[in-house]
This record gives sequence, structure tokens and C-alpha cells, in this order.
Amino acid sequence: MEIDLSQFHEVFFEESFEGLDVMEQELLNLEEDTDLENVNTIFRAAHSIKGGSATFGFSQVADFTHVMETLLDEMREGTRGISREIIDLLLKSVDCLRGMLHKLQDGEAASNDYVELVDSFNRLLAGGSADTSSDSDNAEKNTSSIDSNTGWSILFAPESYILQTGNEPIRMFKELCGLGHLMVTADLSKVPSFEELDPESCFISWQLELDAEIEKIVVKEVFEWVEDDCKLELNSTGGAITETSSQEDTAEPEVSKVESESDADTDADTDADTDADTDADTDATVKPAKPEISQQPLQTDNKLVPIKEQQTKVAKKNTGTASIRVGIDKVDTLIDLVGELVITQSMLGELGDNFEMSKIEQLINGLRELEANTRELQESVMGIRMLPIGFVFNRLPRMVRDLSAQLGKKTELVINGEDTELDKTVMEQIGDPLTHLVRNALDHGVESIEKRLATGKSETGIVTLNAFHQGGNIIIEIKDDGAGIDPQVIYAKAVEKGMIQDGIDIPHEQIIGMIMEPGFSTAETVTDVSGRGVGMDVVKRNINNLGGSVDITSVLNEGTTFTIRLPLTLAILDGQLVRVANEIYVIPLASIVESIPLSGLKITRIAGNMPVYKNEGEYIPIVELRDEFEITYEKQSTNEGLIAIVEGENRKIAIKIDELLGQQQVVIKSLESHYKSLQGVSGATILGDGRVSLILDIVGLSKRSAERSSANKARVA
Amino acid sequence: MTSEIQDVLKEQSDNVTSMNLETADENKGSQFLSFDIGGEEFAVNILSVQEIRGWERPTYLPNSPVYIKGVLNLRGTIVPVMDLRNRFRFTGEQYLDTTVIIILKLKKGDKERLMGCVVDGVSDVFNKDESEITSVPDYGSGVDARFTAGVMTIDDHAVTLLDLTNLLSLDLINHPYTGASNV
Repeated sequence: MEIDLSQFHEVFFEESFEGLDVMEQELLNLEEDTDLENVNTIFRAAHSIKGGSATFGFSQVADFTHVMETLLDEMREGTRGISREIIDLLLKSVDCLRGMLHKLQDGEAASNDYVELVDSFNRLLAGGSADTSSDSDNAEKNTSSIDSNTGWSILFAPESYILQTGNEPIRMFKELCGLGHLMVTADLSKVPSFEELDPESCFISWQLELDAEIEKIVVKEVFEWVEDDCKLELNSTGGAITETSSQEDTAEPEVSKVESESDADTDADTDADTDADTDADTDATVKPAKPEISQQPLQTDNKLVPIKEQQTKVAKKNTGTASIRVGIDKVDTLIDLVGELVITQSMLGELGDNFEMSKIEQLINGLRELEANTRELQESVMGIRMLPIGFVFNRLPRMVRDLSAQLGKKTELVINGEDTELDKTVMEQIGDPLTHLVRNALDHGVESIEKRLATGKSETGIVTLNAFHQGGNIIIEIKDDGAGIDPQVIYAKAVEKGMIQDGIDIPHEQIIGMIMEPGFSTAETVTDVSGRGVGMDVVKRNINNLGGSVDITSVLNEGTTFTIRLPLTLAILDGQLVRVANEIYVIPLASIVESIPLSGLKITRIAGNMPVYKNEGEYIPIVELRDEFEITYEKQSTNEGLIAIVEGENRKIAIKIDELLGQQQVVIKSLESHYKSLQGVSGATILGDGRVSLILDIVGLSKRSAERSSANKARVA
Repeated sequence: MTSEIQDVLKEQSDNVTSMNLETADENKGSQFLSFDIGGEEFAVNILSVQEIRGWERPTYLPNSPVYIKGVLNLRGTIVPVMDLRNRFRFTGEQYLDTTVIIILKLKKGDKERLMGCVVDGVSDVFNKDESEITSVPDYGSGVDARFTAGVMTIDDHAVTLLDLTNLLSLDLINHPYTGASNV
């Protein structure tokens, strides 16, 4: 039966990319905490990529992961300590694999970049086994580097149940045939008489002579799926080394014991063993290894700094990937809702079958329930598009780690609010700007260790990422405790570039904002990390394209904070419905401080007839939405109704409203997809009755009403 | 009324496709939808009509110019509504039983933008060859010349063809406190 495997390719790629993400995260975790479970997770991920790629015929990927797996296996069994060097190599391999898989996914041939890494692995593995080869019992190690032989003599004696496990010896032989010339001799001595013969069992064993100069690993791989279910002996023929090994997994416990002994030996050996090109830390218990000087050529940027150098607080939970991934809780909610809907529907159906007027009450209740179900269902379905921002944040720890090593700085990345939900489309586009800002924080923000110590700071710089909802926006803060931006330097630079004239007095905030202008770079030297003056303007443009904004605050020697404010396109918001004149508006619930009835409220007028409300020592300007939005309504504004005190960006305003209506979650829809954006309105939503209601943007509203108070009210139609 | 027209529309647009495929010769030119605004007849290419809805009061947009009536919910999409009577400076503002909102679509690049246009009533669907469209005499009419694309004669009366690119252009809508649109 022929199965078209290509239909599973996409699934394989997706799973593999997920696996790689897991490996990456776990490798980073490994630096902090060498939990054996982490190693196991990495191993499992590598193993399934290997299995999958072999199945689909991506032999390069399979070969490469095999070598990785060999190393991981040693780590798992505790025969190889975990060093920064190994983690670096594995991280590089993850990158390389990702590249290979991307190419394969695009239908191209995978590149051969991995060959170099395989060499590194082999060197590492060779070094590792050289350490342990002093012990003669150590033949089990399938990683021992055996030189290629002229051939292999294989004894393959499967257990009788091998056929029932779905393994077909002939396929393995065919595969061996592909490796070289194969001579097969079947041993029929165990075959019982015909009466006793069970046709589903295998009684034959084989002696195979493979004439090929290949490594043992390659031969072993053919038998990979059956090695637990057979007796397998591999003997090299004609080579310098003849090795007999019984590859039975039952030997494992014994072997690991042997190896820990051998490790003890090598610990003593290592000191003398100066020419070991790789020092795998051979401490049998898995502990963070002391980094040691390595002569590995691939470690060009290894700064040989203690592993604990950059701690990254990685979100331990998995938070979604490229193709839309929905949390199981969301799916469960959906299923629950559909269940309720079905119940309501059947209830109504029954009611309709034999309806009497006396049941009208029941009918009304049923319909009400149906409406509620439908709406909840709609909201939940919308929520599927929302993903936690942790999905974007999670790729940053790796970058911070690599970058600080490259820059020779110590950095800690702290992530808060990774559960903040954000629409998928916004998320996809915020990734690059965010990465850029974090790079910048590391490169320009955090000072070198010496400088930090000289200014009395701790030598580890802290970069903090915060994400939260505020007043109908999503705020992402990138904060560093570095040098800060010197407005004078920027000013001088701007003058030099002819962007401003010398001598003009500009507020500091504006000067700092100039770093977002095209062609502006203040790094004294251009590094390959940042400083070419392209980037910040692109960041700003990307965020503006999303309808968001970037603000910079910076205090010299204390650090810089970039605040990205993104609109909630499609985001769901808890809203308070209010009536103003005959319009219904939604105020983001989070921005409401309190609402007070107007009756008996003392409203004073200050500074040119501006109505204000005095609250605990502060004057809060009152915005009359009817005037502000020019709503035509026959009834005059009265002193009935109430004011809602709302806060946005630390500014409070009081909005005069006629009536408080219900609270509900609303799905934000963009006005911009078919119209323009409106200042003071962050979007629209559709209410229960199908009508459109506008969502107030408190920050925009307070800004424009401040501007408007000085502008004239004439309007050009 | 509206639903009848909608049926006709649907039928016609089906015909357009089938005729174009089978008997292209019999059906030369393009098909247009004509409608009434303040007693005058206007037309748009039927391919730019998404659908026709009965009049309902849209949700008011703050500070909007008088011809922007607000936004309505088109099956989950927020679509702005423009009153062509106001836009073309016809006096009086009455919403009659025949008043409908024609949802027009405008393609820009690979994006499609929708705008509802309020008219006093839908009149007819007809075929006309592009060559029979003449230019509008430049007399400084009430209708901004940028919004018209030509004049056609149908059964002895003139029908003004509208230029949707300009008519629906957001840049030409002077709405205070608005930012640039995404499209």
C-alpha cells in the first residue's frame, strides 16, 4: 500500500518548529538550572524530529539530529556534564536545523551548513569518549569513534514477535543494500515443524555481510526501531578495530555505573590531559560546569564567562506558535458554549412542537437564553484570535543571551505580563520592532561592566519588558537601567546633521524623540548590533502603521524607557456603556476611576470658563461630550446625569454622561478599515441590538479637548 | 421595494456574467445602476455595488461633516455612510420610504473599501456602451466636478455617471479630528 507522505509534510514541519522552540527554551533554562528533566525534554524533541525527518526522507536533517541526539543522550545519562560550550553548540544546531527545515518547507534542498556543526559534534564526542576510553568495559558507548571499516558482519536475530510489532526485516535489508554490497545468510535452524509453525512469528535469524566503508552508527540506525526486540551483533570486518558489542538496552544500568567509575578516573586524568581539545565536564552528577578554555574552532565568540552571567527569566509555559494555536481552555469554553446552545435549542424546539399561549413566558426566557448563548459564543470565537504576548517575548531571552555574550555585557531580562492578550495580526507585526528595541537597550542602553561599576551600579544590567492593558490600549514597555540618553549629545548630533539649528531651545523630550528620526544614530562607533541609524525610524514607522505610538523617557545614568502604545484592533475590552444625548458610547472599564451623580456636585469654573470638578485637591476638567463631539440633540444638557471620572496616561478628565447603562465585554472593531481614525475614539463595537457603538479613547479625548479649548470652534464642512 | 430591487440586481448581475461569457455581442458595454437624488438621476457601474440596504439611522461619528451620516454594521464590518443628497448640496433632508443605502466598493491595490451612500431611491439597471458616455458640461454645477465622470442619455433623460474614486476618496472628506486612514 502506497501512502502519499507529502500530505503530512506540513504537520511534520510545524511539529518540528515547535520542537525546536521547545529545545531552544529548554536549553536556555538549562543554563540556570540543570534539571535532568530539561535534558529529557530536549532529547525527546530532537528524537521526534529525527524520527519524522527519517520517515519523510529528509536524510540530512535525520543525520544531523542523530549526532545531536548522541550528545544529548550522553548528557541524559549523566556521562557528559553540561557546559556553556555544549549549550552554545546545541543552540547553534537548533538555528541550523530551523534553517534547514525552512528550506525544505519551501521545497528547496537543505543547505549543507550543518556539516561544520556535525564536525564540531564529532570532535566533542570524540573528545568525550577519549576521556572514557581508558575503561575497557566501555564498549557499549555507541558514540565511540570508530574509524570506518571496510565492512560489517551483522548477526540479526529478531524475537519471534517482531512481525507483530510491524517491523519487516526485508525492509531493513533493503536499506542495508543501499549502503553497500550485502550478503544475507538465513539461519533456519529454529524454524519448527510445519504443524507447530505460527505463521505470525519469526523464527529465522540472519547473518549479514555488508561490504561498505561506513560508520557503525549508520548501520545501527537501520536497526534503530527494532533494537529492543532483537539480538544484534555488529562486527567490523577487515578494519583495524574489531569491536563486538551487544546492543541490548538491558545493559544500560550496568553501563552507567561503569561510566561513573570511568568518570572518576578521567577527573584525575583531565588535569594532565592538556591536549584534550574539548573538556567535557565529566562530573557524573549533572551540575553547571565550570567553563574552561576550549580550543574548539567554532567557539569564536565564546566569551568564557560564567554560565550564570545572564539569567533570563523565561516564561515556563508554552504560549502559542505561528499557525493559530488556541489554548485548550478557550476550546473548552467554546465546547461548553456550544453544549449550552444545543440544550437551549432543543428546549425551544420542544416548546415549538406543542406550543400554547400559557408557555409564552417560557418561550421568552428560552429566546433570551439563546441570545445570551449566541453572544457568548461569538465573543469566544473572537477571542481565539487573541494570543498572549508571551509568544513574542519568548524569542527575546535567547537574543539577549547571545547579544550580551557578543557585547561582553551582563544583562538580565525580566519579563512581566506575558499573558496580556493581543490580536494575532498586531502581534505578528510587533515582533521586529520589539526585537530591535531590546537590541538597542542592550547595545546603547546597558553600559559595559566597568562603566557600570564605576557609576556605582551592579554589574548586571536589567532590561525589563512589561506588557499590560491601559485605557483601551496595549502598552509594552522596554526599560533598561543603563546610561540613559543624553539630550545634549542628541542635540549636538542633530545640529551636526542639520536637522535643527544651533541655539534653538527645544524641550528635552522632543530632543530625545529625535532619535526616532530617519538617519539618526548616536552610537559613537557603529557596531554590527546597532548604530547604523536605520532602525529606530523603522521601529517608529512600523508602530505608527499599526496605529500605535512610541514614547521615550530617559533619565541620564538611570536608564531609558520606551513605551509602545498599541491600539486594540480586534481586542476584546471590558466596557461600560453610557448614554450621551441619544448616542451610546463605550468607555473602557479599566479607565473609569469613579462616577458621581451631577446633582449636588460642585462645579467650579477656572481659567477662562473651563468647568472643573474639584476632587481631593486636584481639579479635573469636565468634558461635555455633546459639545466636544458636536452631537445635535434637541434636549438641552441639564444638571441631571452624572460624570464619569476617567484616567488615561496619568491625566484625569471627567466626562459628562446622561446615563450609565450596562457593562459588557465588547469586541473592538477598527474604524480605519473603511474610514479614517478618529481622535478621541479608539474604535467601534457592535451592541446586542446590532447597532454600532463607538469606544471612547480617553487619552485622545483629553488631548484633543485640551487643544480644543484654545482653538476656535468653527468647523469647515 | 428594496428587496425587489435587490432581486433584480442579483438577477442582472447574474445575467451580466452569463451573457458576457456566452453571448458577448448582444450585451455590449457595461451595466449601470441608476438612482434618484433630489429629483435628478445618477448612476454607478453595477460592478461597484456591493448591496443595497434599507435606510436606517447610522451611528453618529463625532464632529463629522454634514454629509457623513455615521457608521453602520454590515454583518460585523463597520462601514461609513455618506448622504449623497448632502454631498451634492441638494437642499432638504428627508428620509422617505424609498430611501436606501447603496453599499459601494472601491478597490485600491488588493484592498477593498466599502462606503454606504444614501440616495432617495433606486431607479433602474441598464446597459450602456462606454462610448456613449459624454463629458459633463462645465457649468459650475452644485455637484463638485471631481465627483462626476460623464453623462449618459437614457430614454430621453440625462443620467450623471459618478466618479467613485473621487466620491469615495477619504482624502476629499474633510472630517476634523481624523487621522490618516489605513487604506
